[in-house]
Amino acid sequence: MARNVTRTFGQALLGGLLAISLALPSPAMAQRDPAYQEARKAGQVGEKMDGYLGVVGSQPASIQALVADLNIKRRANYAERAQGQRATLQEYAFAQGCILISRTEPGEKYQAPDGSWQTRGAGAPQRDPRCP
Amino acid sequence: MRSANLTKSVRTAHKPDMGKRRVTAGTMAILGSALAAGCITVDAPNEPIVIELNINITQEVIYRLAGDVRENIDENPEIF
Repeated sequence: MARNVTRTFGQALLGGLLAISLALPSPAMAQRDPAYQEARKAGQVGEKMDGYLGVVGSQPASIQALVADLNIKRRANYAERAQGQRATLQEYAFAQGCILISRTEPGEKYQAPDGSWQTRGAGAPQRDPRCP
Repeated sequence: MRSANLTKSVRTAHKPDMGKRRVTAGTMAILGSALAAGCITVDAPNEPIVIELNINITQEVIYRLAGDVRENIDENPEIF
């Protein structure tokens, strides 16, 4: 009886986990707008230290618009979450930038502490010494 | 005895504000030459000007927020 209950519970747990994993959004890559994903891959846009996206060099208006749109959304998101964490918008955005830079894929662009655009290699990116 | 005025009195031939005008003209000439000589040319830099606004953010705060910003990426993948 006890074993039965354990098994049933185990099955339920497994089923539950499966359901959760299906319901949860898939990794970040799959959720991105294809045009944005392409621009990242092509190095047309990069992650800046301040937590926002930057246009690398001169790019078509469509890329500039894409970056502006995402940055507006990011700013709104940072403002909301910063308030919840009792941090300033700039603090939250900067902390986000640290993690976003560390999560760039090889070939993508990011901003180094000296302000220059760098291409992410296989190793760790150049980050602000305060980054975790 | 009243002097006869045949015609209306005329203004004096002398123009008292002549000197003032000359001064004005002189000032304009000096100003003009000063402007022409003192032009400042500003060359726009090719690289964007980076203004460091993050100097007041402490490492302590960044470490405190590290967990939440990671969650934020998982919760809002479409904007990252």
